[in-house]
Amino acid sequence: MFPNAFKYEAPTSVDEAVRLMTEYGYDSKVLAGGQSLLPMMKLRIAAPAVLIDVNGIQDLKGWREADGKLRIGALVRHAELEHASELDDKYPLLSRTARWIADPPIRNRGTVCGSLVHADPGSDWGAAMIALRAEVEVQGTEGNRLIPIDEFFVDTFATSLNENELAVAVHVPTPGGPVAARYMKLERRAGDFAIAALAVHIVLDSEGRVAEGGIGIGACGPIPLRATKAEEALIGQPITEETIATVSRLVPEDADPADDLRGSAAYKRDLLRVFAARALREIAEELHGRVGNE
Amino acid sequence: MALRQTELRPMGKPIGRKEDPRLIRGKGHYVDDVMLPNMLYLCIVRSPYAHARIRRIDTSAALAAPGVKLVLTGEDLAEMNLAWMPTLAGDQQMVMATGKVLFQYQEVAAVVAETRAQAEDAAQLIEVDYEPLPVVADPFQALAPDAPILREDKEKKSNHIFHWEAGDREETEALFREAPVVVKQNVRFPRVHPAPLEPCGCVSDWDAARNKLTLYVTSQAPHVHRTVLAMVSGLPEHQIHVISPDVGGGFGNKVPVYSGYVVATVASLKLGVPVKWIETRTENIASSHFARDYHMTAEIAAREDGTVLALRVKTVADHGAFDAAADPSKFPAGLFSIVTGSYDFKAAFVEVDGVYTNKAPGGVAYRCSFRVTEAAYLIERVMDILAQRLKMDPAELRLKNFIRKEQFPYHSPTGWVYDSGDYEKTLKLALERIGYEELRKEQAEKRARGELMGIGISTFTEVVGAGPAHQFDIVGIKMFDSAQIRFHPTGKVIARLGVRHQGQGHETTFAQIIAEELGLSADDVLIEEGDTDTAPYGLGTYASRSTPTAGGAAALCARRIREKARKIAAHLLEVGEDDVVWDGVAFSAKGLPGRAVSMKDVAFAAYTNVPEGMEPGLEATYYYNPPNLTFPNGAYIAVVDIDKGTGTVKVRRFLAVDDCGNVINPMIVEGQVHGGLTEGFAIAFMQDIPYDADGNCLAPNLMDYLVPTSVDTPRWETDRTVTPSPHHPIGAKGVGESPNVGSPAAFVNAVVDALSPLGVEHIDMPIFPWKVWNILREHGITE
Amino acid sequence: MNIRVKVNGRLYEADVEPRTLLAYFLREQLNLTGTHIGCDTTTCGACTVLFDGKPIKSCTVLAVQADGHEVMTVEGLESNGQLHPLQSAFWEDHALQCGYCTPGMLMAAYGLLQTNPAPTDEEIREALSGNICRCTGYMNIVKAVQNAARQMAGENQEVIEEAAVSGTSTD
Ligand SMILES: Cc1cc2nc3c(=O)[nH]c(=O)nc-3n(C[C@H](O)[C@H](O)[C@H](O)COP(=O)(O)OP(=O)(O)OC[C@H]3O[C@@H](n4cnc5c(N)ncnc54)[C@H](O)[C@@H]3O)c2cc1C
Ligand code: FES
Ligand code: FES
Repeated sequence: MFPNAFKYEAPTSVDEAVRLMTEYGYDSKVLAGGQSLLPMMKLRIAAPAVLIDVNGIQDLKGWREADGKLRIGALVRHAELEHASELDDKYPLLSRTARWIADPPIRNRGTVCGSLVHADPGSDWGAAMIALRAEVEVQGTEGNRLIPIDEFFVDTFATSLNENELAVAVHVPTPGGPVAARYMKLERRAGDFAIAALAVHIVLDSEGRVAEGGIGIGACGPIPLRATKAEEALIGQPITEETIATVSRLVPEDADPADDLRGSAAYKRDLLRVFAARALREIAEELHGRVGNE
Repeated sequence: MALRQTELRPMGKPIGRKEDPRLIRGKGHYVDDVMLPNMLYLCIVRSPYAHARIRRIDTSAALAAPGVKLVLTGEDLAEMNLAWMPTLAGDQQMVMATGKVLFQYQEVAAVVAETRAQAEDAAQLIEVDYEPLPVVADPFQALAPDAPILREDKEKKSNHIFHWEAGDREETEALFREAPVVVKQNVRFPRVHPAPLEPCGCVSDWDAARNKLTLYVTSQAPHVHRTVLAMVSGLPEHQIHVISPDVGGGFGNKVPVYSGYVVATVASLKLGVPVKWIETRTENIASSHFARDYHMTAEIAAREDGTVLALRVKTVADHGAFDAAADPSKFPAGLFSIVTGSYDFKAAFVEVDGVYTNKAPGGVAYRCSFRVTEAAYLIERVMDILAQRLKMDPAELRLKNFIRKEQFPYHSPTGWVYDSGDYEKTLKLALERIGYEELRKEQAEKRARGELMGIGISTFTEVVGAGPAHQFDIVGIKMFDSAQIRFHPTGKVIARLGVRHQGQGHETTFAQIIAEELGLSADDVLIEEGDTDTAPYGLGTYASRSTPTAGGAAALCARRIREKARKIAAHLLEVGEDDVVWDGVAFSAKGLPGRAVSMKDVAFAAYTNVPEGMEPGLEATYYYNPPNLTFPNGAYIAVVDIDKGTGTVKVRRFLAVDDCGNVINPMIVEGQVHGGLTEGFAIAFMQDIPYDADGNCLAPNLMDYLVPTSVDTPRWETDRTVTPSPHHPIGAKGVGESPNVGSPAAFVNAVVDALSPLGVEHIDMPIFPWKVWNILREHGITE
Repeated sequence: MNIRVKVNGRLYEADVEPRTLLAYFLREQLNLTGTHIGCDTTTCGACTVLFDGKPIKSCTVLAVQADGHEVMTVEGLESNGQLHPLQSAFWEDHALQCGYCTPGMLMAAYGLLQTNPAPTDEEIREALSGNICRCTGYMNIVKAVQNAARQMAGENQEVIEEAAVSGTSTD
C-alpha cells in the first residue's frame, strides 16, 4: 500500500526533464497524472528509484489548434477534454471518450499522454487516438519527433518511446468536413476498464460519403488496434444499411481478444460488431438525419 | 431541520440520526484514527501459494532493515502456544502458518516497524522457501477418494468436515415416490465477500504498569472477541479491554477474530508499546473470511395443480482451509434448514456436507442470518422452475402454496416455529403496486416483437434474532443480549448495550425504544456500545439480531426502570402505587386531574427524595433471552430488460415490500432496505471470488471484485406491511438483512423469466453479460 | 522534503518523505482523519479531497505534489460552526449509515456543485461514480445532493436579492 522509497525530482522545463531522464535512465520514471504509476507503486509492481514529476512544466499544459492540427499538451487531464465543449464541433470523439475513462476524480488527475505512454491495451485514449490517426510528439536529447499512433504501441505496456524521451503532446488532425464520432464501451462496473471498446470517427466529403474514417479497437488485443479492413470498406462509401452491415462484420477481423474474466474472445468480437453497427447508425442519423439504403 | 430528535413518543417516527453529526464532520473515530504515542505498525507477509510446505523462513534481512522492531513467524508463535486459535465454528485456524500453508494469502510472517512503509519494506525482505504441494481448489475434487489430505493437523484424515441434516428423510422420500411432478436443479451460490468500506484492523496496546491490554478493533462482537482473546492468550479477561470504536460497515466480515489481531497483540505484549495493524483491501478480500460458496441441489415434489408436497436439498459447502463459519455451535450449516421458505411443504429433508479446500477460510454470514440467504435464494429459484414446468404464473404458484395467515405460529417440517406473517397480503400489495398484470401484458407484446423483458418475484421468509439461548450459542456462550439503562438526576439517560452497530443507527433506534418506554425524547438518551469495560455482556451485531435481542432487552430494561419509577411517582404524588397511571409521557394520580409527575421529576427524586426504605438511584440491567427467533418476510419484484446485442441486463424497476413487524424508525428501515438491495444486486450480477486450479485468487481487490457504484445501482422502490412479532417486547423483527436475503432470487428469476421462451430454466449467479450472451448465441439470437 | 500546502484555508509547512501519499499526510501529519482509506487500487473514493478545487483521490497523489497547492478536506466544509448545506442534507436525508464513505462523498458532491449547481440525478450519480458506498444504496445520497443544491441555490438567490436591495455589486 506504500510505494518504495524514491528520489523525487520536479523539473520545471522539458529540457530539464529530458536531462534528468537521461541522467537516471532506466531507474527513473516520469510521473504525470500518476493514476497508473502510483497504483502500481503502491502495490510495488513498479519500484522506480527516481520519480520525475512533470506536473510543474508549464509548456506541457493546455491545447491549441494550429497547422491543421489540435495539439494536446502532455499535462492535459482526461477531465479537461471531457468538459471542453468548444472542441465538440470538430473533435467530438475527445469528450465522448474522456467521459468513459475511470471515474471523475481519476479523470481530474490522469493525463491523455500518460494513458498513451502507459500503453494499457484497455486504454480508452489508445482506441480513440487510433481512430483519430493521431501522432505523439516526443522530445529527447536528440530533439523532437512525431510518432504516428500506428507505430506508437509496440506491446502491452510498451511503446516506441526511447528511454529518455518525454511525450510532450499528442496531435489530432483537424477534420476537413462534417464530422461525427462515437465511443462505445462495455464495462463490468462503472469506472472499470473495458470488456471491449470501439472508437469510431467519421468525416464526410461534400457528397456525403466517408472521406476520413477511423475505427480504433480497445481491450481486444495486446495493444489498441486499428480495424483496417473495416476502414477500407468504409472510406469512400455513404453510410447506408449495407455499408453498416459490411463494416460491422469486418471490425472483429482485426481484433485479437483473449478469454478472461471479462468474457470470452468470441463474446468480445461480437461486441465489437454490435458496437460498430450501433455507432455507425447513430453517426448516420446525426449527419444525415437517418440511415439510407443504397 | 426536520430531524425531530426532541419529540416525545418517538417510536415509529423518522427521527434524524444521532450518530450523524460527528460522521458528516469527518469526526468519526474509526480504528485507523486511533493514534497513540510510540505506536508501531504491523505488516503481514502472506503466502503466494495455495498449498505448500514451508522449508525455511529467513528473517535476517528484515530484522536488519531500518525501523524494524520485531519479526514474528508461526514458529515463534508456536513457542508461545499461539500458533493456532479457535474459530467460531469450533475448528482451529492457524494464526501464522507452521509447517505448511493452506491457502494463497495465508499469514506466514509479520514485521513490526516504526512506520507503515518501513514495515512493508522489511516484509519484502523476508525470504520464504516453499515446496509447492498439489492444490485442491474444487470442493467436489476435495471429496474424491484420492484427494490429498489438506488438514494434517486433524485426527480425521479426510477433507470432509461435517455432515448435517434436518427434516424427515423417510417421509420426504415417500412423498417423492408418489409425486406426479418432480423438479430438480443444481444451484450455486458463489463465493462472495462482505467487503465493508472500512477494512479490518486493530490497535493493540499492552500497558505493563497497569497490567492491562486495550484492544481497539473493528468488531461486530467486542465481548466475544474479548472472551476468545482471553482463551487464546491466557490473559485474565478483566485485564483485557476491547473497544470497538466507530465501525465502517461490517456485514458479517467483522464478526471473526483475525490473525492480525492476535499477532498485533503478541507484538504489543513483547514490545510494551501499541501496535497497529490495518489490513489492505487485498488482504481483506483475499484472506479475511468470505461468505456463501454453497453448491446446492434442490428437488421439489408437487401435484399437477402446483401444490407442493416435499422438498429435498443436498449441499456441498466449501469452507476453504479452515471451517471459520460464524455459525452458532450446534448449527454447522447455520439456519439453512429455513429452506422451505414461505411455503407449506408437508415434508422436507436437507443435507449439508462441509468440505476443506485450498482457499481462504469462511464462511461468514454476509448480511444474513447464518446461511439464510443461500436457503432463500434456493427455494425462491426452484419455486420459479416449478411454475415454469407447470406453465403457471409464478405469483399464482406462490399464492397457492403460502403458509396461510391462520397457520401461525407455524411449525415447519425442518423444526422452526414461524412467529407471524401474512404472506398473501404482502405479495398482493407488491403485485398491485408494481402493476403486475400490465407488466405481463407489456411482456407479451414485447415477446411478440422479439424483445426480452422479464419479471421476477421472490417471496422469502427469513429467520433472525438468534436466539433462544437453549438452542444457540457461540463458542459455548448463549446467544442472549443485554441492555443497561441509567437515569441521571437531571432526567438524562445513558444506555449501554451488548451489541455493536456498524451503521445500522442503534444510537438513534435504541434511544427511540428507550425514550418511548420512558416518556423521553431520543435526545434525552445517549446510547453507548462497543466498550467491554462499560457495556453489559452481549453477543454482538450480526444476523439481524440487534433489534430482536438487544432491542427487546432495551424495552424490557426500560420497563424494569418504569416499575421503580412508578413507586417513586406514587411517593411524589402522595397516592398509592395502584392509583398511579402512566400515559406514555408522565405519571398521574388516578382521579386527580392535573396532578402529574414526569420521568424527569422521578429521576431527580430517585437521587434526592426516595421513599423510606427504597434503594436510591434509577438504573437497571436486563439480559434478554428471546423465547423464539423472529421471521421477517417480504415480497420483492424485479423488472428487467435484456440488451440482445451485449447481453447486458438492465433492472428497470425493483419493488421491495417488507414485513419486519413494528417499525422503530421508518427512515432507517428504508435506508437498510436500500443498502441490502444494492448488495443483493451486486451478488446477482457482479460478485464472485473465482480461483484457478492452482488456488490463485482471481479477484483479490476492488478492481476485480466488483462493487456497484451509483451509476450501476438500480433505483429502489419500497413499501411495507406490518405483522408484529407476537413474542417480541415491541413487536419488531429486524430488517437489516432481508433485502440482501430476498433480492438475489428476484433478480435471477427476472432474467430467467426474460429468457424462458428459449427454454432457459436457470442461470447461476453472478449473471455477467457474457453469460446471457452465450445463451442468446446458443439460440441464434443476436442483434 | 519540505512542503508548503494550504489545507482548508490554513497554510502548513511540513517535512515529508517523498513517498508519503497525500491521504496519509493529511491523516497522520495534520491529524485530519476525516479523509478515509478504503482500498489499495484507487477504486473506492473514501479518500476524495479537493485539490485546487477539484475532487481527486488523495491515496493516489503524493504529499510532495501538494507543495504550493490548495487542499480541502471534509473538515473544511463547515464554516463558523455552521454545517455546509451538503452536510445538513446528508443528515436530514439519511445519506449515510456507517459514515466511512461520507467524507469522500461530500467532497465529490461539493466538487460537482461548484461546477454544476443544478445537476440532474444522472449527473449526480456520474459525479459520485468514483465513490463507493457499501451501506446506503446511493438513493438517499442522490436525494441529499439534490436538496443541498436547492438549498445552496436558494442561499445564492438571497444574496443576490440582498445585493440588489442594498444597491452594491460584487463585481
Ligand atoms: C481505478 C482506475 C480505473 C481506471 N480506468 C481506466 C479506464 O477505464 N480507461 C482508461 O483508459 N484508463 C483507466 N485508468 C488509467 C488512467 O486513465 C490513467 O490516468 C492513465 O492510464 C495514465 O495516465 P497518467 O497521467 O495518470 O500517467 P502516470 O500514471 O503518471 O504514468 C503512466 C506511465 O506513463 C509514463 N508517462 C506518463 N506521462 C509521460 C510522458 N509525458 N512522457 C513519458 N512517459 C510518461 C509514466 O512514467 C508511467 O510509466 C484507470 C486508473 C485507475 C486507477
Ligand atoms: S483509498 Fe480507495 S480510492 Fe483512495
Ligand atoms: S455509509 Fe457505509 S460505506 Fe457509505
